[in-house]
Amino acid sequence: MIPIDIIEATANELMAKAAIEIPDDYLTGLKAAAESEDGDLSSFVLHAMLENYDAAKEDGRAMCGDTGTPRWYVKMGNEALIEGGPVALEAALRRATADATAAVPLRPNRVHPLWRTDHNNNVGIGAPEIEYAFEPDGEWIDLITVHKGGLFGTDYRMLFPSDGIEGIKRFYLDSLVAFGKRGLACQPAIIGIGLGGTKDACMVLGKRAACLRTVGDRNSDPRIAEIEDEFKELGNSIGMGAMGFVGKHMVIDCNIEVGYCHTGGMQMSVHAFCLSSRRAVARIHADGRVEHRTDPDWFTPYQRRETVEWELPASHAKSA
Amino acid sequence: MGTSRKPREIRLSTTPTAEAIAELRLGDIVYLDGLIYTAREGVYMRALEDQANIPMDLPSQSAANFHCSPAANIRADGSFDLGAVTATASFRFAKWLPEWMAKTGARLIIGKGGMSSKDYRDYFVPNGAVYLSTVGYGTGALLGRGVENVEAVHWHEELGIAQAMWVIRANRMGPFIVASDLAGNCLFERENAKIAANLEKVYEGTRPAVLKRLGETDDRSDEMIG
Repeated sequence: MIPIDIIEATANELMAKAAIEIPDDYLTGLKAAAESEDGDLSSFVLHAMLENYDAAKEDGRAMCGDTGTPRWYVKMGNEALIEGGPVALEAALRRATADATAAVPLRPNRVHPLWRTDHNNNVGIGAPEIEYAFEPDGEWIDLITVHKGGLFGTDYRMLFPSDGIEGIKRFYLDSLVAFGKRGLACQPAIIGIGLGGTKDACMVLGKRAACLRTVGDRNSDPRIAEIEDEFKELGNSIGMGAMGFVGKHMVIDCNIEVGYCHTGGMQMSVHAFCLSSRRAVARIHADGRVEHRTDPDWFTPYQRRETVEWELPASHAKSA
Repeated sequence: MGTSRKPREIRLSTTPTAEAIAELRLGDIVYLDGLIYTAREGVYMRALEDQANIPMDLPSQSAANFHCSPAANIRADGSFDLGAVTATASFRFAKWLPEWMAKTGARLIIGKGGMSSKDYRDYFVPNGAVYLSTVGYGTGALLGRGVENVEAVHWHEELGIAQAMWVIRANRMGPFIVASDLAGNCLFERENAKIAANLEKVYEGTRPAVLKRLGETDDRSDEMIG
């Protein structure tokens, strides 16, 4: 049984970590970009960003004043049991979101869409979002918080098989160029692309591709991995850099996730996870042990399964 | 290794003289000293549409309007805890800015992404004002370091913490980039034009989607196919 007080304390810690500490994989990617950038202004911007990450960590203050829309991804091993059940879990995550908003402090961004009511704590109807997934074995729970910017850099389009890869390329470039001008997308960013599924699933896939995969990670389908490489290159050949200034870095990495879609369609979404790529992860074990990491490791073979039955990994099957 | 040149750095008062503003060139890096207030849609609506009295003496106290809401908290004892400071995109405020500038004498509009050169020509230049863009975007921690003190937070009960009018004392707060000048030039449009030349090559071989999108035309006879 996973103790609920450890879940809440960990969630509080994750909120602060995500806001303050840039994940290593993104930092490494941005440093490499900063070293090879030769646009005068975009180079200045990248170095200022690197300085900003240091300042955030040194001072223990948020790296970005715009907290975005803090949300939670929760993954559970099949044997995980939570003290108080899922309702207690959700209460703990909502409390941690509210408490961390005051403690860090974060900007209380979340308001009612019509009445603009602000509870000053990033909690409200449907906020923070909490999404779930499961893995075949294990008694652990993974808590992942992502603070992604909320206004620009994301779009959806219904494409069709006749649009082909060139149509996909076109929408990708359109999104980067249009949101890249004046730096609205806060690039260079991790770009996530969702392909297929349904309209809503496609948006979810693309967002998770941007926020729940790391820089340097490649899709397990080698042909998709090739497109990821090609698209990263393509985005960086636009001639646009940070803030829409002349430069050669728009894309720190490009991650693509797919889902089976209607036979007539080819849904596509594009998502830019900004310069402040805020995510933090921890695994809590049944005995109360907490392990922090920055890789959400969300897209496991189980999450990408395409068969009716899930075949247990060989190691597990042997011991069963 | 990159071979970039370092841009020019300037320290500027938030109640700048006309000469100091005229000195600024597109792409200069600016650090600010003095009082800055935040005002975005909430403050604009309250001050301009609801005609509420602006609780500051403008522009004598400050001519610097920041499109921003800080990551900050008002403690139970009424004191402030301000962490990071990041701008929000300014283009959405074009509706209120001309009247705001006329009313408050703002000379420095600070935000994200700038305005169009038409905005600059129409009401920035006539008011002797320029646009300063934050950097990144999101050097929130660096800008937070430049805040020496929170002097006041107006209208937070009416507007919430994010939309309230925060009055902050800046001490070498920055970096900001000069994104417009008194000739009405726009830094971002200049960069767009430089990049445009390469776009045709990058787009080569791609084609528009077979299904068009709705809502992007005023011609009601348009169809999404074809």
